[in-house]
Amino acid sequence: MKACRIFVPYGALGTGILEESFIRGVEMKPDAIVCDAGSTDSGPYYLGTGKGKYAKDSVKEDLRRMILAGHQRNIPVMVGSAGTCGTDSGVDSLCELCREICREEKIQMKAAKIYCQQQPEKIKEKYRNHQIIPLEGAKPIDEQVFEKCTNIVGLAGAEAFREALGQGADIVICGRATDTAIIAAIPLMRGCNEAGAWHGAKIAECGALCTTNPTGGGVFLTFDEKGFTIEPTSLDSRCTAYSVSSHMLYENADPYCLREPLGILNTKTAVYEELDERRVRVWGSTFTHMPYTIKLEGAAHTGYQTVTIVGIRDRRILKNPQAWLSRLETYVERKLDHFHIERSSYDIDFKMYGWNGVSGACPKAGYVPNEIGVVMTVTAQSQEQATRIAKIYNPYLLHFPIEPEEQLPTFAFIFSPAEMERGPVYEFMLHHVVKVEDPMELFHIETEMMT
Amino acid sequence: MTLGERANYIRSKNAGPFWMTIDIFCGSDAAYDQIGKSEALSPESIAGIFKTNAEAVRRFDIPALHVIKISMPRPYPQGSRHERDIHSGQQYVQILDLEL
Repeated sequence: MKACRIFVPYGALGTGILEESFIRGVEMKPDAIVCDAGSTDSGPYYLGTGKGKYAKDSVKEDLRRMILAGHQRNIPVMVGSAGTCGTDSGVDSLCELCREICREEKIQMKAAKIYCQQQPEKIKEKYRNHQIIPLEGAKPIDEQVFEKCTNIVGLAGAEAFREALGQGADIVICGRATDTAIIAAIPLMRGCNEAGAWHGAKIAECGALCTTNPTGGGVFLTFDEKGFTIEPTSLDSRCTAYSVSSHMLYENADPYCLREPLGILNTKTAVYEELDERRVRVWGSTFTHMPYTIKLEGAAHTGYQTVTIVGIRDRRILKNPQAWLSRLETYVERKLDHFHIERSSYDIDFKMYGWNGVSGACPKAGYVPNEIGVVMTVTAQSQEQATRIAKIYNPYLLHFPIEPEEQLPTFAFIFSPAEMERGPVYEFMLHHVVKVEDPMELFHIETEMMT
Repeated sequence: MTLGERANYIRSKNAGPFWMTIDIFCGSDAAYDQIGKSEALSPESIAGIFKTNAEAVRRFDIPALHVIKISMPRPYPQGSRHERDIHSGQQYVQILDLEL
């Protein structure tokens, strides 16, 4: 009987688990220890800059545990979507940590690096050949968009991991990959049930989120020819049919279907059976092969921001903050016109926390807050220009009167200077897939001996 | 009775940078039936609240979990300059007071 045992210790590399949960996962004799290290979920800054989200100390601690366990048991360790965004710089900085760990622990490991960053020229050629297809909800694009993006990555499928393992790697560090490919790769190589491999991978990709104690620790998967079995590695946690099946809802637009490069997983016919208090067995989902496509992510630099925050407790304003703010905006806009600052050259956004900062909607009639925090965000084409505009606003945010001819009120700044320069800002531009001839067409692998 | 009073638990989250999804855990057969039938969750109603296109609103009724799931394109991509909720984690609050 074909079978494969995979330990997924973390939902994301750098978030950590209790040591005993990690040790228990290793004692369960996995064939590989794998996890995801990235996501778009923290916003476009990470892909825009190629930087990672989690603290280097936390990432290194998690990685050290994986590498030591892999070395002791002589099993592969694989990480996907290195450095949050999965750019080449993310792969290189994670590999640098691997080198440090191997040096510090005096061990030797062969590493394979899968690079997933895309050359704009190559993608532009694909666009011209009508091989780039928008996904639902994508913004319209033209061929300039690929050069506007500071970084473009393609999401690698399971084939990239198979290729890397085929080169004899003990450690695989992959750039952007689908969350599931990292986990499904080895079960697929071992001939386990295809739909079961993808389904199990989807359930486990956020680590313990599919258990009754989401902060509890890792999950352990046993794949076979029919499906998979999943259990937590933390003793205070359980997998139930409900906790496992409802994880298909999480951060998925469609609760049944999941598109992978090779095809589409459909879990509508899946059966979730509780084997005992802690383990759930799953089978019966389907996987349909489709033309091979790679999903693209790209973020572009769209300007610079400066932010000013002012606190207001003046009760006359709090009865109708919007009226006060609208008068202030009209007043300062005229001032900006007077200085010949083109209205099309900047964007000013106000959020009134305590009033409607999160929703942007009109609060219920009669609602009067105790205090509000007004956050002004200026976006312009240079940092100097954004700060210049914020500084023109400064005296009015501090003193703008409620009634004409009254003594000037003074509101509550919290910093000196009141303006905070946020630096460059980025936006996601691509929500597209690209057709490829070969699963490895957009990726390349380098190997390295780490001693 | 409002949706927030009737449902067990409601959450919202991004489904990638261009989509948002809301999961309504109804908690019982009776609540699932009542919430499922309500006009309050029609595509038009949802699109009006979240400033998106009614035709693009997708709904999944999942009886085995007593869940109604509603997904829609975000009005702008995640992290754009006017962003108010990077993870869309607080957006579900806007439907809590809908009358069933």
